[in-house]
Amino acid sequence: MSKRDSGAVETRPPRPEAASTHHRRSTSSRKSPRSSVGSTIVADSSTTTLGLIVKILALSMVTAVAIWAAFPLIDAKAWGWLAGEAVIVASVFFVYLRRPLPMKYLLPGTLFLLAFQVAPVIYTVSTAFTNFGDGHRGTKQEAITSIQTGSVKQVEGSTEYTLAVATRDSGELVFLLTDPDGQAFVGDADGLRKLGGATVDGGRVTAASGYTLLKLGQLSARNQEIGDLKVPTDNGAIIASGVTQAFEAKATRHYDPACDCVIDVETGTQWVADAETGSFVDASGERLPQGWKVNVGFDNLVSVATDPHISGPFVRTLIWNLGFALASTLGTFAIGLLCALAMHSDRVRGQKIYRALLILPYAMPSFAMLLVWRDMFNADFGLINRMLSLHVDWFGGPWTARAAAIAVQLWLGFPYMFLVSTGALQAIPKEMTEASQVDGATVWQAFRQVTLPLLLVALSPLLISSFSFNFNNFNAIYLTTEGAPFPADNTSVGATDLLITYTYRLAFGGAGAEYGFAAAVSIYIFTIVAVISAISFRRTRHQEEVYS
Amino acid sequence: MKRWFMRVGWRHLVGLGAVAFSLFPIVFVISAALNPLGTLSSTELLPTGATFRNAAQLFEKTEFGHWYLNSIVIAGTASVASMFLSLLAAYAFSRMRFAGRRVGLLALLLIQMFPQFLLIVTIFLIFTDISDFWPSVGFNTWWGLVLLYLGGALGVNTWLMKGFLDTVPKELDESARMDGASHVQVFFRIVLPLVTPILAVVGLLAFIGTINEFLMANVFLKDPQSKTLAVGLYGLVAGERNNNFGLFCVGSLLTAIPTVALFQFLQRYIVSGLTSGAVKG
Repeated sequence: MSKRDSGAVETRPPRPEAASTHHRRSTSSRKSPRSSVGSTIVADSSTTTLGLIVKILALSMVTAVAIWAAFPLIDAKAWGWLAGEAVIVASVFFVYLRRPLPMKYLLPGTLFLLAFQVAPVIYTVSTAFTNFGDGHRGTKQEAITSIQTGSVKQVEGSTEYTLAVATRDSGELVFLLTDPDGQAFVGDADGLRKLGGATVDGGRVTAASGYTLLKLGQLSARNQEIGDLKVPTDNGAIIASGVTQAFEAKATRHYDPACDCVIDVETGTQWVADAETGSFVDASGERLPQGWKVNVGFDNLVSVATDPHISGPFVRTLIWNLGFALASTLGTFAIGLLCALAMHSDRVRGQKIYRALLILPYAMPSFAMLLVWRDMFNADFGLINRMLSLHVDWFGGPWTARAAAIAVQLWLGFPYMFLVSTGALQAIPKEMTEASQVDGATVWQAFRQVTLPLLLVALSPLLISSFSFNFNNFNAIYLTTEGAPFPADNTSVGATDLLITYTYRLAFGGAGAEYGFAAAVSIYIFTIVAVISAISFRRTRHQEEVYS
Repeated sequence: MKRWFMRVGWRHLVGLGAVAFSLFPIVFVISAALNPLGTLSSTELLPTGATFRNAAQLFEKTEFGHWYLNSIVIAGTASVASMFLSLLAAYAFSRMRFAGRRVGLLALLLIQMFPQFLLIVTIFLIFTDISDFWPSVGFNTWWGLVLLYLGGALGVNTWLMKGFLDTVPKELDESARMDGASHVQVFFRIVLPLVTPILAVVGLLAFIGTINEFLMANVFLKDPQSKTLAVGLYGLVAGERNNNFGLFCVGSLLTAIPTVALFQFLQRYIVSGLTSGAVKG
């Protein structure tokens, strides 16, 4: 108990002036030895020879890696990246050659956290205010280029080339072209350039340094890519016709800055740029598939809340999501605790074997077992239907699918709860339960009023983190039901979809990726989980005060 | 008899029931792994035959050996490195007082609650550039994925370790400092040996988490030889789930071996480590 007392003092924020002098003296007397020692340490830490050598070696390594990493950046003129690298190196040198002491321990993990968690989170949140997604990826100029190269058609009398398909060392696909005069070119998505030092045989490039010609099998394997490659030229683009011929084709659509629109030369249709939605729209309201990324402000966030097609499923999914997380957490806890209680006695023979077998599901790879469970629930040849001689289409009905999803979670999660409950039970002094029985309490009363409250104090933080894990338990649904069953009128969200699998489908799903919108939904998810966790943490703190 | 049941008998009843529940999917996996036909529809709960054909095919038809090695190296390196980074941070949070300490601790929990997969888009963009600049830490490499996993090193595990460190008496490091030890020496010589139980727990949790990680690895590793077990095995049953089921089950059982081995090796530390950290939350 004394441990917890000292913890309470430490975690209390520094009192402002209003604090009583007595109190301040008591906390400062606790803290002062540590902080004064801490500051003397800074002085003597660099005095040990070994420490100094290790520090010099480590910093030289950092410098070496930084120099190695800088060359490609300079080559590519990636100044933003170079500046970022410089900041990182500078912060490493600052922290390890100077103070502050805590940063010496925090910096390594923090750098990774900033690079691969914080920065992506900030970027993702910022896309929630854009229409980023399929057809709205790049700039307006990129959209125009894409429209123009996408509309190329062969024009009569255009140059025909002999084609050889090759790859660069990086694996990038290129066209090696020979024009009717025998001049060799290399063409890729960036344009056409003359190719020197190529061996031309029978009008076709047969070898060129830095390029590897594709063999017949490779050609058919990359057929799709070959068809998609368009080499832009001044008049249009060069596209392949088969794998031995290519021709120059002209764009039938082009952008006219005067009217800020795209014009189709053949039909005369005009698509006017709409800066609000980032797309080209014609008179009848039809959009071209290629658009560009624009800021849409709070539109995404607002439409999650107000559009009935979105907010309706959102609320339904949220309720199921909460139910799923609660049922998984409490269900696994109940089973795990029951097993732990059953095994918590020296009279049980074979205790060790029981424990080893009960923990096995936790040791099995969960991704694989989720897939195995999915197949055990298979309606046609699944084990569960065959064993029970049932013909239930488990993932066909909303409630059977939900029950199945929770059952799988119970199996996956109870060994963990068994493990932690066992540990917590062992930590409860025997005297406490014995005393209550002496006082005449039944076994049930002793459990309900002594053991369980003590267990909950110890395990609440783990239960909360288990809840927030299950709330966002992507694999549990994605690898089993995949959100099925889907109602006939709405294929975007199914009965077992969690918010996170629903968002995943929005972001990467078949109907066209909508990152901006998915990011907006994820802001809501994040807020919900964070609020629930914060409230629960507050409540457990009260609990600790009550029971300690 | 009734008395025996009330005191001991019910314990066996619960135990047997729970063991049956926990084992039957595993027995099914073993049965499928040994099934000579190797299909899902022909697999019964108990083995109907015994063959190593599935195992042999797994190594012949797929890059399973590579996947296995990749998984072990990536999960091993990432869990050890993230354990170390996490312990460093936990040491600072537990032993030092500095501005932003509480905010930092809370932020660690909150950041992890952001839906991770959405970050994939950004991480994909970041690593597209990284692969251009430094192919040795780009897509399809061990070290790129390890770096990515280290982004999650500070998080719930830091809390677990901080909670445990709080229970290690501060007088120990203070007296060592009085004797002239530097803070680095205190960390490596005094603190590190005392926190083995929680290191075992965090290491195991990190290992299980990494070896099961699917989302990031699936985007990151496209080359058949560079895949991890999770990505590779998923690919086996994603298309042809019925025919490859036997192969898949052999693969799953083999995947469990490192985890079970680590588990047995660390078992004596684990129970105490989990709960002593939990008390402090």
